Amino acid sequence: MRLELGRIFIKDIQFGSETKVSNGLLTVNKDELAELIKEDDRIKDVKLDIARPGEKVRIIPVKDVIEPRVKVGSKVQGFPGVTSAMHRVGLGRTNILYGAAVVTIGDIVGMQEGIVDMFGEGAKWTPFSKTFNLVVDITPEAGLEPHSHETAVRLAGLKASSYLAKCAENMEAEEVLVYEMDNVAENIKKYPDLPKILYVEMLISQGLLHDGFIYGVNSKEILPTLIHPNEELDGAVISGNCVAACDKITTYQHQNNSVIQDLYAKHGKELNFLGVVLTPELTTLEGKFRSCEMTANLAKMLGADGVIVSEEGYGNPDSDLLIICKKLEQEGIKTVLITDECSGQDGFSQPLADTTPEAVAVVSAGNVSHLVKLDPAEVILGNIAAIENISGGWHDSVQEDGRIFCELNAIIGATSEIGFHNVTTVLR
Amino acid sequence: MSERFKVVYYVNQFFGQIGGEDKASMEPEVHESTVGPALGFNGLIKDSGDVVATIICGDNYFNEHKADALEKITSIIKKYNPDVFVAGPAFNAGRYGMACGEIGKYVFEQFKIPVVTGMYKENPGVDVCRQQAIIIETGDSAAAMRKALPVMAKIVTKLVNGEELGSPSEEGYIPQGTHKTVIVDKRGSQRAVDMMLARLKGQEFETEMPMPVFDRVDPAPAVKDIRKATIALVTSGGIVPVLNPDHIESASATKFGKYDISGMDGLSPKDFKTIHGGYDPVYANEDPNRVAPLDILKQYEKDGKIGKVFENYYVTTGTGTAVANSVKFGVEIGAQLKAAGVDAVILTST
Repeated sequence: MRLELGRIFIKDIQFGSETKVSNGLLTVNKDELAELIKEDDRIKDVKLDIARPGEKVRIIPVKDVIEPRVKVGSKVQGFPGVTSAMHRVGLGRTNILYGAAVVTIGDIVGMQEGIVDMFGEGAKWTPFSKTFNLVVDITPEAGLEPHSHETAVRLAGLKASSYLAKCAENMEAEEVLVYEMDNVAENIKKYPDLPKILYVEMLISQGLLHDGFIYGVNSKEILPTLIHPNEELDGAVISGNCVAACDKITTYQHQNNSVIQDLYAKHGKELNFLGVVLTPELTTLEGKFRSCEMTANLAKMLGADGVIVSEEGYGNPDSDLLIICKKLEQEGIKTVLITDECSGQDGFSQPLADTTPEAVAVVSAGNVSHLVKLDPAEVILGNIAAIENISGGWHDSVQEDGRIFCELNAIIGATSEIGFHNVTTVLR
Repeated sequence: MSERFKVVYYVNQFFGQIGGEDKASMEPEVHESTVGPALGFNGLIKDSGDVVATIICGDNYFNEHKADALEKITSIIKKYNPDVFVAGPAFNAGRYGMACGEIGKYVFEQFKIPVVTGMYKENPGVDVCRQQAIIIETGDSAAAMRKALPVMAKIVTKLVNGEELGSPSEEGYIPQGTHKTVIVDKRGSQRAVDMMLARLKGQEFETEMPMPVFDRVDPAPAVKDIRKATIALVTSGGIVPVLNPDHIESASATKFGKYDISGMDGLSPKDFKTIHGGYDPVYANEDPNRVAPLDILKQYEKDGKIGKVFENYYVTTGTGTAVANSVKFGVEIGAQLKAAGVDAVILTST
């Protein structure tokens, strides 16, 4: 299967009379996009803003971040099973407005959302301080039930991203990345001496604002599932997760999954990348045992020599992570785990809620409770009071001078457990 | 810093050149000069700092009259107002190590100045002050003095200049045990792929997260007669009175709440809500008893299945909560419940 991702470099965004890209400038017809979003009658109003890298803008509370993309030469667009009917993805040519992002914001049930600072200390801790962001603030119809509200906001962000990218369908890409690999049997025949590596991507699947979606199916409802890496790179997996901003996998990060990218880069050279298993992190013990057992079974069936396992979230899913590790290691399959830690504000507490001696190779994505002081912003897009209810914020996080004291917990992507960010912890 | 920094230095009776075991009961003395290792240390920091006072105290005196000794040391610190406190090195001497450890911890907590000491890794004083002081790792006897002092001097100079210390192995100190979050060149996924390839090739690699080792708590003996027992409700599910009067956090809780439920038959959604950030809140807000089942407990009380429900319930948020804080809450809540005559607890988590 061969997927080409064509990058059109975006160097600025402005509002204007026509949505188009010219010389790196993305112009957005604000009214047209707003009308499109308001076609969903759950939505009463929408406010659109722009946030550029370096501007003293704070975006809070962030729901999702999406990369604007368009399928070239295809009548069917959008995210299969979500904003369009189920269709095949992972092949052909997809053009990307590279350097741009749609950021959806707004309180849903007042918890678990995150901050993106485009400047200062906060900018260091999120990847989205470097993207040109179109910020979409949805006001729901009065009395809208929270689950419907979440759906409306999620779909609005995805639709907005497709709308933006549409104008780039027939543009010449400045850079084309090719993701191509044969099927599992062919790869094993072709690279008999290369170690076979499987990527297990755990997805938080614990209810409203704590879910993922695969071809539109809520991850709570799936069994561990093998997919081709191209499917995730091309829109099959999206985020419904607003929990713990620091390590939720945004849709943008699914589209650009860093473990997939880094394994692909070495495929056929130093390793044989078998594929991706999506594993739900369930809330019942029975569910956990089932997910972990079936995940290990898939790895064994495929003959994996090594498995990289990434977690989403912390706390109870730490158990799933370590059970999977233990099952694989006991069968002689080598694991590397990527997870963050809850070591307390002083860094002295144990990093995980569970432990197993078999976890000898772990990449730490950072301590979610690491304290940061964010500089005062000139512009707040959204609602600054939300910080009190965000994981990592508290009652008097906002100082009188506009600075924010909070934990990394509150910052989008700060301790990314798919290793999207370059943060770690060191022993002192 | 343009000003020279000031050090107050602590040694025992032996290194203070007063005497040996025969002088171990001497009371603390302060000398405005440098004695014993303080002299050597002073020479090593002479470019930017001075030892302004040396405290000499008997090891037995300290360990037998701790409160008095600390009071005396407090007034010495207040008088000389040092920028940093140095003690030892104690090598493997147990009583000396305990004294350095207790005093070091105390000075750090009371005066908020950096504390540096030196010990052999098995000295019992290490666990006393590991988190508060920087303990440089020494050999097990005084023969290691010549090597230890320059390491201590280097670390002291860095600390007073506000410089960050490097890794324990680079700088020569015993790990404090904290995990410091830093930004590095390589992204996490790349480090994971590299670590995997190293493992598969049988090459050396270093885990970024050594696995925690948990202690175990023995369960209390079973309640003899549950029909006479007082049962308390405790939850980490974040169910609080609607105004969250104690501002308990949605994650990484630093406190717990205690609320009166004596007149209630259950937790009403009009009066209680969830602030827990780790689960879908909709169903808990509809009926808080789903997370903290006061209604069932009260029914059991009415039906005579239990003696009574304790008049207060306790709550915190369990997501992302540091283990150290959890231990603290457990110990405090347990003590309060025990003092109140509670026999058993229903503890719900989410």
